[in-house]
Amino acid sequence: MIKDITMGQYYPAKSYLHDLDPRMKIVLLFFYVILIFFIRTFYGFLFIAFITYVMIKGSHLPVKMFLKSLRPVLVIISFTLFLHAFFTKGGEVLLTLGPLTVESAGVLTGLFMTLRLMILVITTSLLTLTTSPIALTDGIEYLLSPLKKVGVPAHEMAMMMTISLRFVPILIMESSKIMKAQQARGADFNRGSVVERAKNMVPLIVPLFVSAFRRADELATAMEARCYRGGEGRTRLYTLQLTPKDFYALTFVVLVFVLVLATGL
Amino acid sequence: MLLQVKNLTHVYMPGSPYEHPALNKVNLEVHKGDFLGLIGRTGSGKTTLVQHLNGLLKPSEGTILFQGRDLYGEQKPNWGEIRQKIGLVFQYPEEQLFGETVFEDVAFGPRKLGIPEETIEERVKKALEMVTLDYAHFKERSPFNLSRGEMRRVAMAGVLSMEPEVLVMDEPSSGLDPRGRKMLLDQVKQFHRQAGITIIFVSHNMEEVALLANRLAVMEGGQIALEGSPEEIFMEAEKLTSMGLGVPQVTRLMMELNHKGKQVKSNILSVEEARQEILNMLEKEQGGRS
Repeated sequence: MIKDITMGQYYPAKSYLHDLDPRMKIVLLFFYVILIFFIRTFYGFLFIAFITYVMIKGSHLPVKMFLKSLRPVLVIISFTLFLHAFFTKGGEVLLTLGPLTVESAGVLTGLFMTLRLMILVITTSLLTLTTSPIALTDGIEYLLSPLKKVGVPAHEMAMMMTISLRFVPILIMESSKIMKAQQARGADFNRGSVVERAKNMVPLIVPLFVSAFRRADELATAMEARCYRGGEGRTRLYTLQLTPKDFYALTFVVLVFVLVLATGL
Repeated sequence: MLLQVKNLTHVYMPGSPYEHPALNKVNLEVHKGDFLGLIGRTGSGKTTLVQHLNGLLKPSEGTILFQGRDLYGEQKPNWGEIRQKIGLVFQYPEEQLFGETVFEDVAFGPRKLGIPEETIEERVKKALEMVTLDYAHFKERSPFNLSRGEMRRVAMAGVLSMEPEVLVMDEPSSGLDPRGRKMLLDQVKQFHRQAGITIIFVSHNMEEVALLANRLAVMEGGQIALEGSPEEIFMEAEKLTSMGLGVPQVTRLMMELNHKGKQVKSNILSVEEARQEILNMLEKEQGGRS
């Protein structure tokens, strides 16, 4: 159950995309997402799908991983398609179901919206699959740091993110351990009615909470013991550094952007 | 033969970059009434192995026979029944406690087995007695307000209340102070001797297994590297050291003495035996001089 979640899971490999600076990747993703929303023709989607495919190839990750990342959003995507098909009006009437009609404009916008969402999710996973969580939060902290002047606690936010990301695998491991321990005592997490299942979760949830609180407490003490006192004046072991690779990637995305705008795809 | 592990292989997360082979064709036999010590360095596959014994992990290859039944064969066994018969106490079992009271927690296993409510109290009482916790004093208390040692004993009672035939314990004494450790080991000895439970005891403490086990299996890199009686195993001091393990301090002492040319046996596991042996040796030496 838990191991099926690929969204936001780092997949270590050696590739061009893995080597890029996280800041650059975040900025490029941002522009790429905007670009996706500019596209409104069939050929435009063909083009952008091709570009996305090229980037997937450039990440050296199995295509399967990206298809898997689509699974959690499948419901939203089908729901969007469904809504647009029935409630966006215009063009020919394709189908009549009682008071509801499916019209061609609806199908088209629905289809475009679906494609947009799919490419959106795939490119976002492209970022999270090729960037370790630590690098990602470092990048976010760096990009948010100008906002520190207006009182946005960028460092604290990034630290909170780092810590919570750091704890995800620990908690997953812990919950699988507790699950096994309770199964060894006869617990069954996959059977029974909804109410029964919810009740069966108690032997899992209670120890998990107890240990999560204990861990949080211990971590806070450990951080204070090492003189942690927030972001002010902290230096880094690894500073982020832009390389020529980052600028090539930037040029690539800018070119795609310009091409799409210029040709009106 | 009670348990027979056959060619057991387990690979964690196959097909991903985190792929990790943990067990490689392990063969092991456990007889009724055995006290098997399973030793090995961290990451040698001890925990992975014991989690196969009651179906918490599925083998990538190989199988396990329990009382002649193939646990991973064509026919799916009734895991509830297997888990009742093969009790498994995890490492740091106190982290699995959840009940509002000690009673509720210990009663969880028997209730899941469908034991009638009247006999549950009896079982809980018996299980708590086995870990020397006073039933009347502890049954209404919250398990979260106990000391670590007490919590661990409650968690063990939670498995014992299912009345298993085989008790598998994964490093039961880690993180306890010397007194808590001694108490726990004494209790484990009692389970074995008095309740007649077959015990598989995972540890990396040589002193413990030397005193308790009648058979030892040493794991290294996902395989059983050595198997035999404690006396046999601890004669292989060099091999053990190269595996990141060692021999009990008394055995080491006797080996050194032997090495220095003193007439003593080196396959000695307890302090008492060592004392006798040294006294004998001294007597002989003095006898020879006078």
